[in-house]
Amino acid sequence: MAFPRPIATTRSATGIPTGRLAVWWVIASEIVIFGGVLGSYIMHRLGHPDWHYQSAHTNTAAGAFNTLVLLTSSLFAVLAHQAAQQKDGKKAARFLVFTVLGGLTFLIVKGFEWASEIQHGYTLTSNTFWSFYYTAAGLHGFHVLAGMVIMLFVAADARHNRELQRVENIGIYWHFVDVVWIFLFPLLYIAK
Amino acid sequence: MSSATADAGHGHHDQGFIKKYLWSTDHKVIGFQYLFTGMFMALIGGFTVYVFRMQLAFPGMSVPGFGRVTAHDYNSLVTTHGSVMIFWVAMPVLIAALGNYLIPLMIGCDDMVFPRINRLSYQLFLVSSLVLITSFFVDGGAFGGAWTAYPPLSAKAAYNLTPHGAPLWLVAVALEFVAFLLGGINFITTVMNSRAPGMKMFDVPIVVWMIVIASIVFMASVGPLVAGAVMLLFDQTVGTGFFDPSRGGDPVLWQHLFWFFGHPEVYVVLLPAMGIVAEIITVFSRKKLFAYKTVLYTAIGTGVLSFFVWAHHQFVAGIDPRMANIFSVTTLLISIPVAEMVFVYIATLYGGSIRLTTPMLWALAFIGEFLIGGVTGIFLGASGSDIYFHDTYFVVAHFHYTFFPIAFIGSFAAITYWFPKMFGKMLNETWGKVHFWGTIIAFNFIFIPLFLTGARGDHRRIYDYTHFPDLMKAGMQEMRVLATLALVVLLAFQVVFLVNFFYSLVKGKKAEQNPWKANTLEWVAASPPPHGNFPELPTVYRGPYEYSHPEAKDDYWPQNQPPQTA
Amino acid sequence: MISHYLEQASTFARDIDNLILLITLTVGFWFLLAQFLFFGFILKFRAQDGKKAQYISGENKWEKRWVSLPHYATLFFDVLIIIAAIRVWQDVKMTLPQADSTVRVIAQQWAWTFVHPGPDNKLDTADDIRTVDELHVEVNKTYHFELQSRDVLHSFSVPVFRLKQDVIPGRTIKGWFKPTMTGGFDVQCTEICGIGHGIMAARVLIENAADHAAWVKANAPQVAAATPADNVPTGGSR
Repeated sequence: MAFPRPIATTRSATGIPTGRLAVWWVIASEIVIFGGVLGSYIMHRLGHPDWHYQSAHTNTAAGAFNTLVLLTSSLFAVLAHQAAQQKDGKKAARFLVFTVLGGLTFLIVKGFEWASEIQHGYTLTSNTFWSFYYTAAGLHGFHVLAGMVIMLFVAADARHNRELQRVENIGIYWHFVDVVWIFLFPLLYIAK
Repeated sequence: MSSATADAGHGHHDQGFIKKYLWSTDHKVIGFQYLFTGMFMALIGGFTVYVFRMQLAFPGMSVPGFGRVTAHDYNSLVTTHGSVMIFWVAMPVLIAALGNYLIPLMIGCDDMVFPRINRLSYQLFLVSSLVLITSFFVDGGAFGGAWTAYPPLSAKAAYNLTPHGAPLWLVAVALEFVAFLLGGINFITTVMNSRAPGMKMFDVPIVVWMIVIASIVFMASVGPLVAGAVMLLFDQTVGTGFFDPSRGGDPVLWQHLFWFFGHPEVYVVLLPAMGIVAEIITVFSRKKLFAYKTVLYTAIGTGVLSFFVWAHHQFVAGIDPRMANIFSVTTLLISIPVAEMVFVYIATLYGGSIRLTTPMLWALAFIGEFLIGGVTGIFLGASGSDIYFHDTYFVVAHFHYTFFPIAFIGSFAAITYWFPKMFGKMLNETWGKVHFWGTIIAFNFIFIPLFLTGARGDHRRIYDYTHFPDLMKAGMQEMRVLATLALVVLLAFQVVFLVNFFYSLVKGKKAEQNPWKANTLEWVAASPPPHGNFPELPTVYRGPYEYSHPEAKDDYWPQNQPPQTA
Repeated sequence: MISHYLEQASTFARDIDNLILLITLTVGFWFLLAQFLFFGFILKFRAQDGKKAQYISGENKWEKRWVSLPHYATLFFDVLIIIAAIRVWQDVKMTLPQADSTVRVIAQQWAWTFVHPGPDNKLDTADDIRTVDELHVEVNKTYHFELQSRDVLHSFSVPVFRLKQDVIPGRTIKGWFKPTMTGGFDVQCTEICGIGHGIMAARVLIENAADHAAWVKANAPQVAAATPADNVPTGGSR
């Protein structure tokens, strides 16, 4: 089922492999999307000093734990990249699975957080702070999920030492998702 | 996906119709898919404008082919016309169709770098078109809050009375954005990495540069609106209050998100059209493009500046009046690179050997008509006069003098110029010229009257002016009727184009490999190019516009011709 | 230019018209020059048998003038227009001259409510005069207006005043005008506001002092003037 590549894909006038170049452009377009959400949120936040009464009800401990989880998973992504560079596909695949498990932990913690907040009556529609909270974190969570799915496909190929360059590409994407969370966490949980 | 369809080999393939035309990863087929979808959507855009212009000229009449137009219909028609023409005609034809078709051919490679992402991009675009068309037939009808979709009107069904049309419109637009983001990443990466050996940065044809710059501008501007679309969709469907002032939201925020994208979008479609014109005027005046690098820098300058002008759409929208001063300055400054680009094109004609073929007529008409659009923009960018002109028909006429040249004159130029390459047949020149003159004359008779009614106070998106005594003074209704009649004539002349297009497709004279004697690499391939494009991938020795070079034996010097044979 | 078709009925109408005239003249001159060159070249440099086109790269210094001259000309005239535009803008939108009276304009789908201050010349008192789709003002008096919306965006536009300002729910937007001639003129809503956008018309009636006083007298609610209103809804956000 391998898809035969056109010659175009194999050329590299810039010296940067095509796949990696494309990932950078994906990230560029994602930055402006998240920039739009966060910019809108910050504008609103500055106009509504009273929102810290709302943000006090977020679970900072869970958020901090999740930050740690994501950072650890990023470390596994780096280790996977190292393994891929040494052409050790099996090892790379194993580290990628660890990364996916990190993402899974993140989502499960998030699930418990949201369930408890919704139980306490803080829903998507209860206040514009919470609308931003769920929209921004939801958009991010969606990216985590997408990254996990793609990573499993990459890992499946890497196990057989195929398409090892993709291990690095998905790693770059994963670091980006991680960085977005590093912005979200203080803005949504901590800011007073 | 069988390996036969996307085989990098260049032989003949036996493929089923579906694999060849609907599920193909070949950049040329995907380009055609975009082209024909865009042409079909243009028919929708044309039909809607016919209906609402008839209502304006003859209020209350039963429009042939539609029936009586209610105020509700009118708003939906206006909204659909605007959205379709920009998102489903200009974008797919100018960027996606031409970008897909031309980029690999013009940079001398066999396909896009990510053929399957390319296919996915078209499929998403097709779904977005279908979602939009679906929205015409749901309960409450198509969205009628204008293509700018300002909340709170767009956010609550109680206000816009299109409970299903509004979210469907938004979903369609958002899907369309995703499709073009995917396509754009493909274009940029392809041009960056897959140029033919020897093709340096300044050997890339201007139209390719323009599509790449446009894709980057699109990518950098659309993000906030994608975020805004998600927020607005939540406001519409689950009842959040992002844009609802009574719940801590801010309706003006949407305007910023929208125009931060919306104004760069003008340049996103302008630049490719400018690129098309550059290719055509050089070929048909046998001239080197005047100051290639200047064109490039002005295009980049326009792209960069376009991020700092958006609020000129909001001078009277309740923003801080000091902001209007800043945006007035930036807006007028953007006239500099655009004016330079036009002057460069005029200078290119100097000393040329001009042949007025159909594509050349279109390209020249672009320059002449776009100038009108450009200079009338100054009235609107200057904050003081915009107080009066904002949201009048003066604005409508102004941006049609930019968008019509971009989306239609530019596309006709491109289609008539590359038709021989695309389909291996020549278009009929006589009918091409009939279509040209009919369209251009009718176009001016539509919008010059609208400049006048706008200057006299006609405001936009009004389905019947009889409620405004000052707007029913002598001469006003006559001008509205004139514009409408000219529109009907313009639409009628498009039949000439369609007949010429499809007749030539079947019965046209067979096209040579390089009928216009042009330099760029697409003319090295056969007409039409087979899968894989070139018998052997070309190497580039010079820039794309070496026409009438003193050292060359012909008045053209193809990019791939080795120097010693010259 | 505009005044040929449309009365100048406010103090700044003439300024805006003059600005439009200035832009028309400067931009028009360059537009005609560009079109003249453009058509001139097309006519002059038509293809002739045996005559080869010139090879001009446009990269050397003399040729660059084709670009640099328009560049500086555009810049110069841009600056000129910017200065003129900002002067007008300052006057219309950024200054608020001392008012003789204040009116409140409340927009909703799809009608205008005008709250006039009544005999005591103060808003939010019991003698306010509320009218629908009819604004009464006195000629040669400076008015402040307060724009409010009850639902969606609207835009308060009076073409003869050359005045336009969007109305945003949840906010009160202030501005001013000073009518300079008597008569009745259109008030438009220029921001699409739903299916009734096209019928959201009103009239502004500019009266001389005597007529205006008579109208106020005839329409003022019969109450003690200085009593603040308790239950009179004054519009604003919902």
